[in-house]
Amino acid sequence: MAELEPIVGRYMNLEIGGRSCRIYFEEAGSGIPLLCLHTAGADGRQFRHLMLDPAITDRYRVIAFDLPWHGKSLPWEGYEVEDYALTTDFYTAAIMGVANALELDRPVIMGCSMGGRIVLHLAHAHADDLRAVIGLEAADHQQPWYDTEWLNRPDVHGGEVCAAMISGLVAPQSPDRYRWETLWGYLSSGPGVFRGDLHFYRADSDFRDRVHLIDTTRCPVFLLTGEYDFSCTPADTLRTAKDIPGVEAEIMEDLGHFPMSENPEKFREYILPVLDRVARLK
Amino acid sequence: MAKLSTAGGPPASHAIEHLADVVNADQALVHRGRFIDLQWLWQIGDVPYFIGIQRGMILELVRGPVLMRSHEFAIRGAQENWERFWTPMPRPGFHDLFAMTKSGRASIDGNLQPLMANLRYFKEVLAAPRKLAEDGHHG
Repeated sequence: MAELEPIVGRYMNLEIGGRSCRIYFEEAGSGIPLLCLHTAGADGRQFRHLMLDPAITDRYRVIAFDLPWHGKSLPWEGYEVEDYALTTDFYTAAIMGVANALELDRPVIMGCSMGGRIVLHLAHAHADDLRAVIGLEAADHQQPWYDTEWLNRPDVHGGEVCAAMISGLVAPQSPDRYRWETLWGYLSSGPGVFRGDLHFYRADSDFRDRVHLIDTTRCPVFLLTGEYDFSCTPADTLRTAKDIPGVEAEIMEDLGHFPMSENPEKFREYILPVLDRVARLK
Repeated sequence: MAKLSTAGGPPASHAIEHLADVVNADQALVHRGRFIDLQWLWQIGDVPYFIGIQRGMILELVRGPVLMRSHEFAIRGAQENWERFWTPMPRPGFHDLFAMTKSGRASIDGNLQPLMANLRYFKEVLAAPRKLAEDGHHG
């Protein structure tokens, strides 16, 4: 018999922002709920390594879900005549909807990239519902570095161009096996999905006006950013951290924009101490 | 072992001299570029190089300037920036074409459609001289 991994996947049907959504999620471990948010244009598979790490799953129930349009979560009915564009309101409703549906008691929410952006919003708007937030490659705002129109047009292959745009966000030290696994998420994403996520990232989530309102005594905030991330740069993260009293921020060497999936071994050195700290929080 | 520049990668003259050999010897790269047939310009410091690609192979590489020669698109940057880009383990900010364009260390202009439609191919061509520093290929 083949060796079975401890990760288990299921579906839930949930109304989010007035839409009927069929959401795929997977999980492993038991203990403190740790809800993980994938990057733009990708899916929850990015967190599979955390789910296979007993140093984490012995204390944490690690859960990752695919947003609608991503991974194994279908787009909603009528998608064929719609230009997908993620908003702060919908994203928040999806995350809190999944947390409530699974009856998670004050979960830790950890998001990467756009997931790192939204946790800054959640730390303020839902402080008392959360144990802590962890923002990977997170900042309250960042400068755009290309025209997203290239990501979805008929004379350029969407999957190929999405992956080739972001390939340099993986650090050169990351093992090829994990580099290409990370890029597969982009190569295989649906048409216009990455671009639609970037609507949230670029046009509907400038949080520079509100991160100073985060009360880290109610909801502690941890920020980890890879030194090779030129999208959300270390400078973006450190600037954001300056405005959040009590935040803990660290720059990760030899890592890029996808630390949990591009180099799981290296990422452990940084995330395990943070999860130790979080486990000791009340 | 190939001579290295002070920036860590192969000197630009060495990188350009062996570019066609390195690219054309990479069967997977040539196969990926099998639909490409165009001229583009790679500007390294003050020197423009006109590079002719047919079916994914570099069949012509002309050091400019050349009067009234056209090209589909151009990728430009200072010589030192390219030499840092070509190191086998480049530092942050010098490790990717778009890391360089975002910081103003490189620029892209012209008709970008063929570049974007074959982005992985062209990014791998730009990075091909890293192999010269790694293994002394053709060194």
